[in-house]
Amino acid sequence: MQKSLHIDPNKCTGCLQCEMACSYENYGAFNISKSRIKVFNFESAGRKVPYTCTQCAEAWCMHACPVDAIRIDAATGAKVVFEGTCVGCKVCTIACPFGTINYVADSGKVQKCDLCGGQPACAEACPTGAITYVESDWTGLGKMRQWAEKTDTQPRA
Amino acid sequence: MAWAKKILRVNLSKGTCASEPLNMEWAQQYLGQRGLATKYLVAETDPKVDPLSPDNKLIMTTGPLTGTMASTGGRYSVVTKGPLTGAIACSNSGGYFGAELKMAGWDMIIFEGKSPKPVYLWLENDKAELRDASHLWGTTTWHTEETIKAAHQDPQIRIASIGRAGENGVLYACVVNDLHRAAGRSGVGAVMGSKNLKAVAVRGTVGVGNVRDFKAFLQATTAAKKVLADNAVTGQGLPKFGTQVLMNVINEVGALPTRNANDVQFEGARKISAEAMHEKRPTDGKANLITNAACFGCTIACGRVSQVDKTHWSVVNNPKYWGATGGLEYENAWSLGAANGVDDLEALTVANMICNEDGMDPITFGATVGAVMEMYQMGVLKKEQIGIESPFGSAQALLEMAHMTAEGRGFGKELALGSARLTKKYGHPELSMTVKGQEFPAYDPRGIQGMGLTYATSNRGACHLRSYTVASEILGVPVKTDPLATDGKPDLVKAFQDATAAFDSSGTCIFTTFAWTLGDLAPQLDAACEGGWTLERLAEVGERIWNMERQYNLAAGLTAKDDDLPKRLKTEPAKTGPAKGMVSGIDKMIPEYYKVRGWTTEGVPTKDTMKRLGL
Ligand code: SF4
Repeated sequence: MQKSLHIDPNKCTGCLQCEMACSYENYGAFNISKSRIKVFNFESAGRKVPYTCTQCAEAWCMHACPVDAIRIDAATGAKVVFEGTCVGCKVCTIACPFGTINYVADSGKVQKCDLCGGQPACAEACPTGAITYVESDWTGLGKMRQWAEKTDTQPRA
Repeated sequence: MAWAKKILRVNLSKGTCASEPLNMEWAQQYLGQRGLATKYLVAETDPKVDPLSPDNKLIMTTGPLTGTMASTGGRYSVVTKGPLTGAIACSNSGGYFGAELKMAGWDMIIFEGKSPKPVYLWLENDKAELRDASHLWGTTTWHTEETIKAAHQDPQIRIASIGRAGENGVLYACVVNDLHRAAGRSGVGAVMGSKNLKAVAVRGTVGVGNVRDFKAFLQATTAAKKVLADNAVTGQGLPKFGTQVLMNVINEVGALPTRNANDVQFEGARKISAEAMHEKRPTDGKANLITNAACFGCTIACGRVSQVDKTHWSVVNNPKYWGATGGLEYENAWSLGAANGVDDLEALTVANMICNEDGMDPITFGATVGAVMEMYQMGVLKKEQIGIESPFGSAQALLEMAHMTAEGRGFGKELALGSARLTKKYGHPELSMTVKGQEFPAYDPRGIQGMGLTYATSNRGACHLRSYTVASEILGVPVKTDPLATDGKPDLVKAFQDATAAFDSSGTCIFTTFAWTLGDLAPQLDAACEGGWTLERLAEVGERIWNMERQYNLAAGLTAKDDDLPKRLKTEPAKTGPAKGMVSGIDKMIPEYYKVRGWTTEGVPTKDTMKRLGL
């Protein structure tokens, strides 16, 4: 069974608990500038949208890496950066279509979401259920259920 | 040790920025934010200083929990001497700015002197510099944020700025951050303007890493978040309805000051309530409210995001107001609406946007409009003077007055004075609904007696956020008391005032106190900071802060005479509702309050009290 991060922007309030949790998990400090998940604020539309790596099966970043520093975590399916191998060439940041792998000037390496080894801190910290960690095969189940509920509107005898 | 232990001192006259260590001895006595910044102000300035002179200082300050995972840990305060009141001013704001300042590695910034020309402070971690702001002067907070972000090519910068109101010396100008969050009251924005300081722009990538015991901290903050989630007010009421949840409630109990406090119930309350914000408009089929929103770190998310009807007369030719932005909070819906008898929800939303855009406190502005409308009804002020017919209930007049005050034109220059000075100028000081020169907010002391004492004794002039006894008197938190009784209120007010002073010094939001007590705050602070923080110690810190502020005000020239309510509340009984026939029992409560506080009959802290608190 593989699990994925699932994001429901409608539930996001923009509190940034996820960004703090992510930075604490990976850097031991509350430092949202280092978070691998980012909440974007579309002010005039009144929308807040969390966004991070969705762990492509055929990950562009992984295929592009010339030194094989990005490898699959067999347990979670996450594409994980091995810092000791990474040479900071940034080719992966060009290859990734979504911008979710980024160079960190301080370390000279790239960073991306690694699903925290199967217990994503962001999902745990999210107070509204905007970020959840669910079975990959059924990321749409919640939405299906919502719509299913709406179809059940015939008057009953 | 969640303090950054570093403060930035900016001398605007000389154009210098210097780092210095935070006084950790004071931090142990005054915690942070409100308490600690006030201590600095008291130590460094003469209480008799002219608030708008270069000798006054302006302090932007965070608390130890600002920028951490503690729920609502994103608050900062602006502390200075207030030009509206001549008293201590301390205005608290959420949004993201405070957390960014902390993440840049600073506990507070002290601004002193006055810049010879408009500047903004650019702060990137420990790099601080003053930059020219001539191109921003004369523009709104919205334009200022956009321009600075574009100039630095960084959308993640957080900005606190003043609009034209702050530049023009509107005595109740505020400091606006993140477009629609504000350090709102007492004119802190006018002080900023008087220093030619347009904005503070911060980018912080250092983070908050020096938490005393991370493991204990995460445990304590997680437990405290659960308390918020499980509570009906913080878990359901505030996220769904915002503070506007109160509009119908307070109207029902007959404590909604209406038409400059001539009435205590407003027939249009429902039309400007939270429920109305959720309803679909007949005009465009959309609701005023789009969604709720949180300040940094907040798991309550009481914030309102609204979008007005584009075809509404007030904005039909003005596309800049068409997008989603900060919507009505209860105090603003009251001050712009009920206080003036205006029941047009869309117009109120727009008036609120103007207040955000140009940085004016909507409470004082709206209540001042109420006083003007009453003088207009009496024939004291004429259409020719104001520029528009201004009877109670006129949304057109409200919006025109908002524009003219924000822009500093015509009668707007007089509205800029606030109601105390304005009514006095026209010979009717009794029409000003103020204490210490500051307008009281959305709870009528005839219907909620504790709030009368709250207003009269608030150190920053009339205010609900210094001891929100509404929680007890109306909502029953932590215990239900009778809103119409004066007995026991002095003790209640003191307890709320002290606890609030501690919360305001921690970096967390006062709205947590619908669910949290100091007992919930203490373990979070204790895990974050060295020094052993218990409930008892926090209550004592709160009391110390309250007495320090009191002393400052006394030294500034205020006396027991200033602890009083407008005559109307003491002589004109409530006309309708549960409080019908009642006036405020303030005169009974004050002597008892002084006693409970350990003050003399003249309202001066006794030597014993001072000694006990280490002052
Ligand atoms: S409760 Fe409301 S005002 Fe307080 S921090 Fe949360 S969103 Fe901001």
